[in-house]
Amino acid sequence: MFKILERKDLAPSIKQFVIDAPLVAKKAQPGQFVILRIKEGGERIPLTIADFDREKGTITIVFQEVGKTTKELGTLKAGDYLADFVGPLGEPVDFPNHKKVLGIGGGLGVAPLYPKLKLLKQKGIEVTSIIGARNADLLIMEDEVRAVSDRMFVCTDDGSKGRHGFVTVVLKELLEQGEKFDEIIIIGPPVLMKIGAEITKPYGIPTMVSLNPIMVDGTGMCGCCRVTVGGEIKFACVDGPAFDGHKVDFDELIKRLQTYREEEKMALARHEGGSCKCHQ
Amino acid sequence: MPSINRSKTKTPMPSQDPKERRKNFNEVALGYTTEDAINEAQRCLNCKKPSCMEGCPVHVKIPNFIKHIAEGDFEGAIKVIKETNSLPAICGRVCPQEEQCEQRCVLAKRGEPVGIGRLERFAADWERNQGIKTPEKTSSRNKKVAIIGSGPAGLTCAGDLAKLGYEVTVFEAFHEPGGVLIYGIPEFRLPKAIVKQEVEFIKKLGVEVKTNMVMGQVLTVDDLLEKEGYDAVFIGTGAGLPKFLNIPGENYLGVYSANEFLTRINLMKAYNFPETDTPVKVGKRVAVVGGGNVAMDAARSALRMGAEEVYIIYRRSEEEMPARKEEVEHAKEEGIIFKFLTNPVRIIGDENGWVKGIECIQMELGEPDASGRRRPVPIKDSEFILDMDTVIIAIGTGPNPLLIKATEGIKLNKYGYIETDENGKTSKEGVWAGGDIVTGAATVILAMGAGKKAAQSIHEYLQNK
Ligand SMILES: Cc1cc2nc3c(=O)[nH]c(=O)nc-3n(C[C@H](O)[C@H](O)[C@H](O)COP(=O)(O)OP(=O)(O)OC[C@H]3O[C@@H](n4cnc5c(N)ncnc54)[C@H](O)[C@@H]3O)c2cc1C
Ligand code: FES
Repeated sequence: MFKILERKDLAPSIKQFVIDAPLVAKKAQPGQFVILRIKEGGERIPLTIADFDREKGTITIVFQEVGKTTKELGTLKAGDYLADFVGPLGEPVDFPNHKKVLGIGGGLGVAPLYPKLKLLKQKGIEVTSIIGARNADLLIMEDEVRAVSDRMFVCTDDGSKGRHGFVTVVLKELLEQGEKFDEIIIIGPPVLMKIGAEITKPYGIPTMVSLNPIMVDGTGMCGCCRVTVGGEIKFACVDGPAFDGHKVDFDELIKRLQTYREEEKMALARHEGGSCKCHQ
Repeated sequence: MPSINRSKTKTPMPSQDPKERRKNFNEVALGYTTEDAINEAQRCLNCKKPSCMEGCPVHVKIPNFIKHIAEGDFEGAIKVIKETNSLPAICGRVCPQEEQCEQRCVLAKRGEPVGIGRLERFAADWERNQGIKTPEKTSSRNKKVAIIGSGPAGLTCAGDLAKLGYEVTVFEAFHEPGGVLIYGIPEFRLPKAIVKQEVEFIKKLGVEVKTNMVMGQVLTVDDLLEKEGYDAVFIGTGAGLPKFLNIPGENYLGVYSANEFLTRINLMKAYNFPETDTPVKVGKRVAVVGGGNVAMDAARSALRMGAEEVYIIYRRSEEEMPARKEEVEHAKEEGIIFKFLTNPVRIIGDENGWVKGIECIQMELGEPDASGRRRPVPIKDSEFILDMDTVIIAIGTGPNPLLIKATEGIKLNKYGYIETDENGKTSKEGVWAGGDIVTGAATVILAMGAGKKAAQSIHEYLQNK
């Protein structure tokens, strides 16, 4: 059993938990994720490690309540326990000889972006960040990201905070102004990563994305998380989740994420007390 | 002196009616009654030179335990079995007896062999029904051994070392111990309660089982030996990496590896969805590619999940199928459709990316290949399409590199499996390995045997350390 030490509501549907998991924290590195199960009979869901503290032995996770499991997770409080918490999983990211990096986070993607920016900052690399959300309420981790950025842009789709528009608009502007980066990191909904990678491609700037396919084990034994990268099958849980954004087949990823759409709806309807109408 | 039964055929084992069982996950074969067992045991000729024993990878004293059953001494029977086999309730159910002990039985020359597997199962089930006694603990030796992986290899190694008095910890990646016995082999063939009882048994021996530990990621072998105070490590991580066909269309929605399909159903209990939270998609028409136990399990599970027509697509002929004979028979009884000498060339999808068919080519048998089996070769222009909603790939597995990658100085063979000597010792000091991670996907009994050998070898090493 793994104890939830702290809970913070970042936005109406976005929650942050600090979990007591000393062994995971000891080995965690930026870019890695965990898989958790709330209780017996629950499903295994992957969540990126949004922060870790080796000394305190804690892992921070951030999630948005979208389906049954995340909604149920959202009802838990500090002091409650999770049945299973597995990690650290996936390959860590590294930025060996970089001098200047641009990090872009859209929506919940700001959470997995943050540990990477923090690492860059620790290594003395110049960090520019662009973070955005649908509206001001949904914008998360602004202060944390600011603290590790040399320069930060904030955008909202509806203009309720910062620049009015998508994060990709700012990306385009920076590139058109001739700014150079050793690498660009884009994390967010698959469509955002796809469009972002298309923008950076003509400039030949290495572009890292972090993928979120459906997973079961997270250890490379089921192949559920397979994605096509550069024409080859990769298992996101062990080969990733970070990949070269110019090589990822995003259309396939977006389709595969739909596999259980009906079941997810049914489970959610049932969870929320309504009876399922899909088979009537 | 028990009487002799001269029947040429095995005493039949009661089983669930195929019409019923194709709709449920309850165990198919129901096991012998006491009378059945004694009756079958009386067929054994108690040969002076029992060749059946040579066919058993762990040399169970077969005629000896069968004699006990014939005499009604079931406690004596299970005691004999357990001298060399620590998981008889499991092996009695899943061993390929027809290629091992029973193949060598002299009765097989002129009829059916003695039902050795069924008798083994009977003795083990009898013991379980009595309530297994908690074993006495041996005095502690103050030495620690870490076991990575809780499949039959790991569990057996752990159990044997605990009995010898070592402090043993099992590290398992999943949230539940048991390996393939839990996530792969379905309930209708191996009830999970049996596996759980075996795990409980080794816990009672004092073994600590730590789940949710993906070794190589959370702790490495070197961490165990250098920082965590373990004196030896046994690696039994299995062959869990699913192989795909590498044909077009394999990433369409509705295409599963057998590992994923079976894990969702067995470990995550997708058959209870939405009571449980993990779903699985099973369409009306399901194709399973492959001819081993895994393929049979996937096909029969698909049927039980509500599929109307389930096909097994296998590129060789029935004779070459590696699955246990009994499973193939059961699958046929349940209405699984076999397409032999058929090889998929492409999976076809619809505009939303869902599977809608599988294109196959007809094969014929050519010259024997390295394995001695005749190699299937495609017949020109014989392609045809089968409409399908779900495709499950069950063509084998490879070694999962996760732990190996993080283990410095361990020698691998050219396929990526760990190299060991005959006692399971690897090239790395203090590290043993056994089971599928050494042999490639094999059998429960071989994994168990490897765990036993390694335990003995670790014991010798630690006594001199
Ligand atoms: C569907 C199916 C049906 C089968 N049917 C039969 C049958 O009828 N008869 C038969 O004899 N054999 C059968 N087999 C084969 C048999 O199950 C295996 O040969 C046997 O289980 C191998 O045992 P093992 O202990 O080596 O590994 P496994 O049973 O594979 O166990 C390995 C364990 O290690 C864990 N692990 C892996 N990596 C790590 C890590 N890095 N850290 C921690 N833990 C890790 C895994 O989660 C797993 O629990 C079948 C296999 C399958 C998949
Ligand atoms: S989640 Fe199973 S292989 Fe990646």
